[in-house]
Amino acid sequence: MTMPMLICYAAVGLLLELSSFAQAPAPAKPAAAGRSRTLNTTFPQQTRKLASPDVLARGKGLYSVNCSACHGSDLRGGDQGGPNLLRSLTALSDQHGELISPIIHGARQDKGMPAFHLSDADSTAVAEYIHSVLALVGPQARPPGKTGITDKDILIGNVSAGQNYFQTNCASCHSVTGDLKDVAARYKDPRALQNAWVAGGTVMGRGNAPAVAGRGKPSTVTVTFTNGEKLEGTLIRKDDFIVTLLLADGDRRSVSLESSDPPKVEIHDPLDAHCQLARNLSNDDMHNVTAYLAAIQ
Amino acid sequence: MTFTKLTSMTRLLCLVTTPALVVGQIGLEPTDILKPLAEQWTTYNGDYSARRYSSLKQINQSNVRNLSLAWVTRFTAGTGPTGNIPAPTGRGAPAPYPVVVGGLGTGEFNNGGSPRLGGGILMVNGVLYMSAPDNAWAIDARDGTILWQYYWKTRGGTHTGNRGMGMWHDNLYLEVHDDYLICLDARTGREKWKKEISSFEQQYFSSFSPLVIGNHLLVGTGNDMDSPGFLQSFDPETGNRQWITYTVPMNAGDKGVETWASLDAARHGGAQAWLPGAYDPETHLYVFGTGNPTPAYTTGRGDGDNLFTCSLVAVNVDTGKMAWYYQTSPHDTHDWDSTEAPVFVDAPFGGRMRKLVLTAQRNGYFFVLDRITGEHLVTGKMGLVNNWALGLDDQGRPRRNPAKDATIAGSIVNADITNFPAPAFSPDTGLFYAPENNTLHITYLMDPDPRGSMGLGGVSGGGALSYGSYIDAIDYKTGKIVWRHEISGTTGLLATAGNLLFSGDGQNLVAYEPATGKPLWHSRIGTAGNAPETYLLDGRQYILATGGDQLFAFVLNQ
Repeated sequence: MTMPMLICYAAVGLLLELSSFAQAPAPAKPAAAGRSRTLNTTFPQQTRKLASPDVLARGKGLYSVNCSACHGSDLRGGDQGGPNLLRSLTALSDQHGELISPIIHGARQDKGMPAFHLSDADSTAVAEYIHSVLALVGPQARPPGKTGITDKDILIGNVSAGQNYFQTNCASCHSVTGDLKDVAARYKDPRALQNAWVAGGTVMGRGNAPAVAGRGKPSTVTVTFTNGEKLEGTLIRKDDFIVTLLLADGDRRSVSLESSDPPKVEIHDPLDAHCQLARNLSNDDMHNVTAYLAAIQ
Repeated sequence: MTFTKLTSMTRLLCLVTTPALVVGQIGLEPTDILKPLAEQWTTYNGDYSARRYSSLKQINQSNVRNLSLAWVTRFTAGTGPTGNIPAPTGRGAPAPYPVVVGGLGTGEFNNGGSPRLGGGILMVNGVLYMSAPDNAWAIDARDGTILWQYYWKTRGGTHTGNRGMGMWHDNLYLEVHDDYLICLDARTGREKWKKEISSFEQQYFSSFSPLVIGNHLLVGTGNDMDSPGFLQSFDPETGNRQWITYTVPMNAGDKGVETWASLDAARHGGAQAWLPGAYDPETHLYVFGTGNPTPAYTTGRGDGDNLFTCSLVAVNVDTGKMAWYYQTSPHDTHDWDSTEAPVFVDAPFGGRMRKLVLTAQRNGYFFVLDRITGEHLVTGKMGLVNNWALGLDDQGRPRRNPAKDATIAGSIVNADITNFPAPAFSPDTGLFYAPENNTLHITYLMDPDPRGSMGLGGVSGGGALSYGSYIDAIDYKTGKIVWRHEISGTTGLLATAGNLLFSGDGQNLVAYEPATGKPLWHSRIGTAGNAPETYLLDGRQYILATGGDQLFAFVLNQ
């Protein structure tokens, strides 16, 4: 379940928080098991006090010998069919082995889980190790560990087909020797590059216009009054009742649209061209252009 | 099930010695909720039909231009061990009010400051009852005076918006994100009892607006950790559980298990019930929507429909037994819950009066079903860039286009078109009103693990382009959009017999003409949290709406 984000204009760079994945499910440090004031990450598994490093090291060793063949070295299930322990309701509910140890000792043999003759201290150490890995699970059950996805998996497009598409659809506004000269260097991550070019990203100004740091270019607006007078500027906001704009000289003007004879308001969104293009953009064309832009040196 | 020790006794922190006494009657008889929406507002959606259509018409098209502010009140969420709620200050400030402190945490996770106001607000016997995550208030509906505040020290949990409270006699019911159902005394805000309704350890989080139906208290919860969804019914007096109905198959042989890769996949399949549904007193059927399957977007669920995710489900409220279901997004791959309000309408269809349920779902499709049988009658399409599906199947369900599924290299597709903000239906126009958002974005498969992914961690959107937000008016007989009015931000809707449609446009509270979408009146109160509401008190009709952390009440000043 995700909540709505009322994104209005180009939103780039929402992604890639995943690139900081921990390497492997090494035990989390006891004192810093994701402790955070961020409400969204504070489930018990992320805030609980972990066992001592000695216990976790022993648990990890025991797990790897006894458990990993079935449950996987990353706890997400293994070749021999053991279930994913990272989403196991039993593992999540366990505190210090009181639920996990009986299963290790044979309580679920009828369901195919063999009995392991570990001492209570050892089965508890295994449980504590499992908790230390569960502590690394991110928000909305993001699993720890590497995804194995590399840049090559994103850059699957055909460079020359991308170049052709670019020449046909993009070159009237953009140039790979002009505003996009070092675009591949600016967006080292190919997903960020793709998001940016599709959505008219933050540093891609149109023509000679400077890019506005941290956001897309604002819309401009022309307000034409019935007597022929015009106001032109950068759009601050518009609703059914008022349009507010910033004039070239820095003056801020708000104009009522509620009179019996309201002015005409024309908004020019610099992303209109991108919106038009994206309506019919195929995934293949998108990947091709991304591959082309990524190849620009 | 074990949980953190219950050391933290609820205590009453009285900033003043006078108790918050309210003149007159307090309680809400369950039978009062059976009345069509008028003077009071007794559930999240106002009444059981979820139409959000009020028969009040003191405020109407001829006088709405005179609508003006009666009062405005700002609210502060609690933080720290005692809440740290500032007393009202300034000349003419109201008297301090009691703050009741509860909760099992320390207060360190409570952010305080501006509360997120986005739930249903009850109005019963001249008192408003409003909630936000970890906070609840009673407010004098005549002048906005805060009578008490309840503050819950949270242990955490995914803090989505709190959807509101339920009421039974003098009891109020509030869910908190670390999975307690709290029964509050409506007169004082003190706890009567609390009960763990789902496992915080298993990463459930609870924000549902509890719904009283007779001697049943329906309670939902949420989860993003591949845990099974369920709906529960409790005894409103004691908090004892009456029944629990899972929304995914839990046992071999259960209906729908064949639509999953395995029983294990089904048992981790999600389908959380996190928004209230609608209730038909004649048939005792409660209809509600279920959430997305888990893992969302990706591998591990098999190729089947994944029942009963993304579905409308009808249960008998006395037993919890499922009567029918209709899946609005078979095998969802976009994390589009189908929890948007099912709206009960008795209206002509195909030449006779029928008992219908109308719903506009997050996938951008509008459905009309027979609410007694679940028979499909109409599917309509919303949205300007709604491109994820390849038409409809023989049951009127959208057929997902696999080419629009998230991929490792990215797939460009529309984002969700509507969401929790409440729709409305006016019997005067025969139109169903729903918010519409139009965005294309790129979805990436981030976790192609062949063993199956987990939760929602498998994907991340980016490259979003907006095509604008609208209010849609939909003809229920055809599913066609009759008018579409552009606004800068959507929220829920309220229709009234005064021939008015109220909503927020991102900046303003606006009254629209329901037949056309033409704005008739507005006030710039800020971004509304959910649908406006209305009530009648001392012969005056009020329009109630939140803007940011403030609650505004408007009346006719003539």
